[in-house]
Amino acid sequence: MRIRLGLALVLALVALALFAPLLAPYPPAAQLDLETLRTVPPSMAHPFGTDPYSRDLLSRVLHGARLSLTIALLAVALAVTVGTAIGLASGWAGGLADTVLMRLVDAGLAVPKIFIVLVVLALWEKVTVAALIAILGGTGWFGVSRIVRAEVRAARTREYVAAAQALGASAGRVVLRHVLPNVAAPVIVIAAMGVGQVVLLEAGLSYLGVGVPQPTPSWGNIIADGQQVLLTAPWVATSAGLAVVVTVLAFSLLGDGLREHLDPRTR
Amino acid sequence: MGATTLSYVVNRLAQGVVVVFAVATLVFVLLQAAPGDPLTVLSDQPQLAPEALERMRRSFGLDRSIPEQYVRYLGRLVRGDFGVSLTQHRPVLAALADALPNTLLLALAALLVDLTVGVGIGIVQGMRPRTVTDQLLSLVTITLYAMPVFWLGLLALVIFGQQLDWFPVGGLVDPVRHATLSPAGRVLDRLHHLALPALTLGLVGAGYTARHQRSALLEVVGQEFVRTARAKGLRERAVVLRHALRNALLPTITLAGLAFPALLSGSVLVEAVFAWPGMGRLAADAIGRRDFPLVTAAAILAAVLVVLGNLAADLTARLADPRLRQEG
Repeated sequence: MRIRLGLALVLALVALALFAPLLAPYPPAAQLDLETLRTVPPSMAHPFGTDPYSRDLLSRVLHGARLSLTIALLAVALAVTVGTAIGLASGWAGGLADTVLMRLVDAGLAVPKIFIVLVVLALWEKVTVAALIAILGGTGWFGVSRIVRAEVRAARTREYVAAAQALGASAGRVVLRHVLPNVAAPVIVIAAMGVGQVVLLEAGLSYLGVGVPQPTPSWGNIIADGQQVLLTAPWVATSAGLAVVVTVLAFSLLGDGLREHLDPRTR
Repeated sequence: MGATTLSYVVNRLAQGVVVVFAVATLVFVLLQAAPGDPLTVLSDQPQLAPEALERMRRSFGLDRSIPEQYVRYLGRLVRGDFGVSLTQHRPVLAALADALPNTLLLALAALLVDLTVGVGIGIVQGMRPRTVTDQLLSLVTITLYAMPVFWLGLLALVIFGQQLDWFPVGGLVDPVRHATLSPAGRVLDRLHHLALPALTLGLVGAGYTARHQRSALLEVVGQEFVRTARAKGLRERAVVLRHALRNALLPTITLAGLAFPALLSGSVLVEAVFAWPGMGRLAADAIGRRDFPLVTAAAILAAVLVVLGNLAADLTARLADPRLRQEG
């Protein structure tokens, strides 16, 4: 039930994001008419209303979906790849390498993520979308690697690993062909949940004005635009905020559903 | 405090020092990896002569080799010298020391909301699993969990701050009236200003806590001692509240410690919404002007808080659970 609802919502969001240029009635950064179309309430012509710069909010929210989802999916893909690789290596190698890597992971988990991102943003002058993906992905792998490592430590002692080794498989083959598929389930769940978390983090950074730069629309910077006119034009911040809630909800439901589906113990 | 607990604390503190050391190293690596050196930021200021910039480079030790810089950097951190803030024009430590109590107040108040509401909802759900109430509350908690904390804050600000005018819209205290109030009035003024930010930050966390508490309670309810309690003929309330809940709260204590990173991350955003003068707001404001000494120090300080928060939670768990004490 949850998995279906989550999956349906996620697919719908991805479709909206993919077809945003076709669905959006106006270019997202176009200032339509600064004289007459500033903060116009929702109407037939502008279903979500317009913002203080006379831009059409439906178009901005749709294009924001494109950007937010692209950033989140790529950042999570990066985090999961790095985290899985380091978790596999650390768990399989053991010894000093494992200790050092896991202390590094402890450190990464001890700094609230937004502070690491702020440090990076304080040091690099211009942040492009690609850089934002690299930052969010590069700071998102700590938890993944910890979970993968624990699974690998447990898998090492299992018979199927001994069997593969007895058949003469190399360490690389054992890890990639035998251990990896067995640790995939928790990684898939954490990846689904992670997309929602990155959407939230990116929105927060853009809200603070250090994420996606204007006039490119991102849900976070639309909410920031709406903050200035919160009392007179509450619809500006409302639509983008709801978009974030629905997206995070969709990926949480999907993650929850996948966990129940993949882990028979919770059924 | 027994000898085993003391050695446990010492051991954990040592681990914490290692973690903070690793965080400092991570920050140093980022400082080195950044384009140019940190003072490149200043080089576009026309009033700053190139010679003056060179002098600053030397005084920051930026003309030395990287290993030497690293050792000097760690040495300064150990002495509590985080450098001078480029925006505040005073030592970073002094700026952070002013902001830290405000952030701690906000984070701890939010944690209180988080645990009270989260555990409360979790218990209600755990007592009647798979009922309509349970499912409705699940929808509430998963939605809270999906809320951007700054957006929830803005909604609260508009509805309860401006429309209904129940709460002030920001700041730590009333800037005009606070000084004239009686001591009790000042405390009330503070609490009045604290309410909305703490509720905002706490409620988002409560979504996660409730989900966790529900499943922890359901797990315990299936165990033998709960069946025994039922078999003795105890009423359901007594079974759940006296027997099951006490055990199901143990993982929640650990969870509260693990919530610190999220609380501090969230406080950066909540502080921005409510103009709350904490370290998150200080750090976020410093970004635009690339005040790297302040931002890096805030990150290291945040790590110290997380380590201490985890330690406090683990010690509480040991106090609450004799089994943890025996393992040593």
